[in-house]
Amino acid sequence: MALQLRRKTHESIIYIDRDSAPRIIPSGEDFLLEDLPVGTRVIYPKPPIKGLPNPEAAIRYALNHPHDCDPLFAQLEPGMKVSIALDDISLPLPPMATPDVRQQVLEIVLDMLAGHGVDDVHIIIANSLHRKMTEGEMKRMVGAKIHKEFYPDRYYNHDAEWTEGLKTIGETKHKEPLRINRRCAESDLIIYININLVPMDGGHKSVAVGLCDYESLRAHHEPQTIRDSDSYFDPKASALNHKVVRLGKIVDKELNVFHIETALNNRMYTGQMDFLLKNEDDFTSFDRMKFEAVRFAMSKMPRAAKRKMLHAIPAQYELIACHAGKTESVHDKILERNFAQYAIPVNGQCDILISGVPHISPYNVNSVLNPLLVQVMGLGYIHNMYRGKPLLKKGGVLILQHPCYDDFDHDFHPSYIEFFNRLLPETRDAFTLREKYEREFANNPSYVEMYRRGNAYHGAHPFFMWYWGENGRQHVGRVIVAGAENAHVPEILGWERADNLTEAISMARSYMGRSAEITMLHQPIILTADVE
Amino acid sequence: MSAAAFYDLEGTLVSTNLVHTLGFYAKNQGGILRTIRKSATTLLSIPLFAATDQYSRKVFNDLFFKRYTGESEDRLRFFADELFEDVLKPAVFPGAYELLEKSRSLGFRQVVVTGALDFSVKPLMEHFGITDYVANRLEFVNGIATGRLLPPVLAAATKATWIRQFAERENINLNESFAYTDSMSDLPMLSLVGHPAAVNPDMRLRQTALHHDWPILNLK
Repeated sequence: MALQLRRKTHESIIYIDRDSAPRIIPSGEDFLLEDLPVGTRVIYPKPPIKGLPNPEAAIRYALNHPHDCDPLFAQLEPGMKVSIALDDISLPLPPMATPDVRQQVLEIVLDMLAGHGVDDVHIIIANSLHRKMTEGEMKRMVGAKIHKEFYPDRYYNHDAEWTEGLKTIGETKHKEPLRINRRCAESDLIIYININLVPMDGGHKSVAVGLCDYESLRAHHEPQTIRDSDSYFDPKASALNHKVVRLGKIVDKELNVFHIETALNNRMYTGQMDFLLKNEDDFTSFDRMKFEAVRFAMSKMPRAAKRKMLHAIPAQYELIACHAGKTESVHDKILERNFAQYAIPVNGQCDILISGVPHISPYNVNSVLNPLLVQVMGLGYIHNMYRGKPLLKKGGVLILQHPCYDDFDHDFHPSYIEFFNRLLPETRDAFTLREKYEREFANNPSYVEMYRRGNAYHGAHPFFMWYWGENGRQHVGRVIVAGAENAHVPEILGWERADNLTEAISMARSYMGRSAEITMLHQPIILTADVE
Repeated sequence: MSAAAFYDLEGTLVSTNLVHTLGFYAKNQGGILRTIRKSATTLLSIPLFAATDQYSRKVFNDLFFKRYTGESEDRLRFFADELFEDVLKPAVFPGAYELLEKSRSLGFRQVVVTGALDFSVKPLMEHFGITDYVANRLEFVNGIATGRLLPPVLAAATKATWIRQFAERENINLNESFAYTDSMSDLPMLSLVGHPAAVNPDMRLRQTALHHDWPILNLK
């Protein structure tokens, strides 16, 4: 009876009964079917909010009815210098089906600029210390027409290591410097086109982080700030967000930014893969058939081919809101819509939290999810998906399902390899790593060159990835990786391993007791758990 | 103890190789017939050079530098500036300047270790602002090249030996140092330092770099 009552807490939450179906859990490039213990709480994504029927009209309305400033057309004058900055490939995840919402906004904005005699326009990808996007990725993001007109002279990636291309615009009273892209800093108007997939995106982060350099970034991307963030998904309680807002005040004072923010729903998959978003108890025969077909096909493919196939499946996100104007007012409106899509009230914390780790994270689009990124997914993103209290009790066990293969992309993540193999075996202490090695990696001429001329993440990026898991590391008692195919990767990360999920749950129960409350996040999921 | 960045030159910082230099001198001979003969011989020898380079850098050097036999030292040095302006300077990879600048800004000694000829690389070293460099030297008798190199002949393991001796002499910490090259023949040089990197690598070096998890740079 108790179980029956518990079923009704929220449409996205179900409890496992004796007759429940096994659950699908991603494990890197594979999908497993696992039986969970009776009483396990499974949290699914909220149903997608209906997309706006006419996105183009919504974008035009936002541009003409901005918050706290004049409409875009009223700010334009012939001959003015305009820079348009865009979020990079880390948003949204997975990359959305074309046309990307950035393309939709750009087409309207560029038309408006041309109509007002504004010719001096540059489009700059605000990739900060992320890897530069490849030409193919850039073309896909804005469409062939814009790409042809602007690439490469007027459509390019931000370069955080090009000294002449950067300009200091100020410093906070806490001595945090802000040096950003010179072209943007010297423009009469910056138009920022953002995609707010999760509540930690957008707002002042767009310009103050997306277009800054290493020295500006390291002021807030550091272990103590991350420890003090409770959580990233709750801007009000995020020390990281507070610091970024401080920098944003400088941006507002020194620059003229017209911010266009968009919110998407969570319709990640439709068609062949939509079964991933469904409750397995409600599967139709066709859903089961689709799942078995996918599983069978993938069991015959090598891992690299599976990865390529999965990365080629675009998300079917739809626009649910677009606002424009001054950064803070716009961001508040967009956050409302984010939380409407992602906030799920959850009754009580758990002792054991289970989550599959899928093939993708913000930092490995079109490449492999290396061990450091598995760590980021577990202790960074999955742990931080809450407001108020974490889903997992302090000292609880986090079970991640992933093969934990020792595989790195040499072109995208060269500095990660050295970080993982040379530094982590020496120390896992984020403060020591920062003090002793961060600058060495940031200044390593090889990594600088690979960032600037290739498609590598900045030399300091693996450090930020390690700090990113800092509040999770302080909170979680143990991490067990189920299905880890080797022993050394979990060991270097400071984790335990188990052959499979059943074994991992037994291990976790041996630490937390037989009556431990278990919760599973049904991946793929983005949520903000409002834990009561 | 300080650190250094050791660079191979041809194929690493510039796109030219030894054959371009030889070709330049071949077409700047004293007399049209001699120019035609030298140019044709150089051209026809390219497959042989490529094959021997794959086999052994030592054999390649023995064969290759014989082509300079009979050249006068004056002439070779006289045309060095023109060689730099016409051939070497336009061939510098755009990323080479950035790499040198970044490395220099960190206080690393900039050292070029090349199998090219000393007179041909001197103007380029001045252009890069590099004073520490070592290159191969032709033997001259009465001002005429014999086609042999003076020892030590810089190639493969001898480059590594030279670096080790240089590091000892100059109190350089090799563990903190960097090395950059495009060729598998420089593997000993890469193996010597704490931070090896493959630059515009050939297939064999690329595979080795992937195997050892070394950074792979593209300065083109």
